[in-house]
Amino acid sequence: MLKITVSDLNLHYEDFHALKNISLNIEDKKVTALIGPSGCGKSTFLRTINRMNDLIDDVKIEGLVMLEDQDIYNKDVDVAALRRRVGMVFQKPNPFPKSIYENVAYGPRRYGIKAKNQLDEIVERSLKKAAIWEEVKDRLNKSALSLSGGQQQRLCIARALAMEPEVLLMDEPTASLDPIATGRIEELISQLKKDYAIIIVTHSMQQAARISDKTAFFLLGEIVETGKTKEVFTTPKDKRTEDYITGRFG
Amino acid sequence: MSKNFKEKFAFTILALITMCVIIPALFIFSYIIYNGIGTISLEFIFSAPRRGMTEGGIFPAIVGTMSLILGTIVFALPLGVGTAIYLVEYAKKNLLTKLISLAILNLAGVPSVVYGLFGLGLFVLLLGFGSSILSGALTLSCLILPIIIKSSEAAIKSVPNIYREASLALGATKWQTIYKVVLPTAMPGIITGAILGIGRAAGETAAILLTVAAFFLPRLPNSIMDQVMVLSYHLYIISSQVPGMPDAIKNGTALVLLGVVGIFFFVATVVRIRYKLANRE
Repeated sequence: MLKITVSDLNLHYEDFHALKNISLNIEDKKVTALIGPSGCGKSTFLRTINRMNDLIDDVKIEGLVMLEDQDIYNKDVDVAALRRRVGMVFQKPNPFPKSIYENVAYGPRRYGIKAKNQLDEIVERSLKKAAIWEEVKDRLNKSALSLSGGQQQRLCIARALAMEPEVLLMDEPTASLDPIATGRIEELISQLKKDYAIIIVTHSMQQAARISDKTAFFLLGEIVETGKTKEVFTTPKDKRTEDYITGRFG
Repeated sequence: MSKNFKEKFAFTILALITMCVIIPALFIFSYIIYNGIGTISLEFIFSAPRRGMTEGGIFPAIVGTMSLILGTIVFALPLGVGTAIYLVEYAKKNLLTKLISLAILNLAGVPSVVYGLFGLGLFVLLLGFGSSILSGALTLSCLILPIIIKSSEAAIKSVPNIYREASLALGATKWQTIYKVVLPTAMPGIITGAILGIGRAAGETAAILLTVAAFFLPRLPNSIMDQVMVLSYHLYIISSQVPGMPDAIKNGTALVLLGVVGIFFFVATVVRIRYKLANRE
């Protein structure tokens, strides 16, 4: 089932044409990896899906991005509501300087959930889903900043899950983590794809090969190739894809 | 010269410079405390001046200074923080914003007597508040507004952008993000600015001379529309305008002024520490 349909997306940042005629289908309950060299537009593309690019001045976006049957760039769209449906995890773990509990409860509180027992339940459920509950259940009121980098990142995933999103965007979520913490996040992603459509930007070919079902290769603002991960990695159709995944440039 | 020697040399010079700053301040503090402490008594603090101010206490002036400081905070803090939020979070980074920033910086350099004249013209005469606590507090607010705006601006700017992104990505609105994430994180810095502002306002004489301060008014104000005696101005008067004034009263008054400012600093510091702990907890 298709979750997101992008057609003929163009993004200009001032005079820079950052995304060129991007068309891509994102399937539900699958992991889609976006790979490509730095500056190729994959993070920019990720940020069009929850409209985080709106925060930057002088960005012009054309084309169609459909989340199921909703055109997310329609002027009637409530951006805050959109971002509740499309959660995001960032490259650097960015928990708020608040307690673990308050970090997870932050989103639900903002859209008006006040009852303590309801929040307790959301916090517990989200932390369990993000596979960090056992490690933090005895210190929910401790600062999130007291956690290790890997734990902080799983907390950030829990914080995003607390909104009960449909899509999870991950922008190089393991870039700042050690191999063990990376392994745990990858394991978690494989668990989470049962419930969410996941789009992950990664610089690691191995990571893309390990965890994704589909891969899109970005180069200079364009999608060069897209397809099942296995096929893209074993029998790439485009010479440039082959050069990139075999490490000849990038 | 070896690297090690340079390192030691730089360290020594910087330590000496720091000493040059700290020692005079310490000297002034100890001088005031040493000479003033003998004068402090319940009577000195809680009674009004008598006999052309050469006897009795300074209670009206203490109340005057405290109400002025409180009034100033009430006006200047929301205005200053609001301006800083607007400049950092909302205003487009264009020529106009730059000009506004520059103007605010320049305001900080305007002599306080000019603020006094401005307050006299606007609040006392034009708006008809008369010589009153309200006029004085408003004038002092104008005076410390640049300090509050600049320090709040710096504090808000220093909140990492990744917090804002995290909040917005969770579906929070811009205002929720500012109110729930940016301001609590910036609060210790904002309070530091408020402390600086309070210190400036409490010691100010020229700006209140024309807007609120009474020469001799040995009773307490009934409302914010009343004139009051003010410690800084009172100190100036008894030090230079009243012949035969006992030194004990001058020194005691100086110590009390220091104490009043100290109390506000203490309260602000407690609030600051609470916010810091809350952010880390």
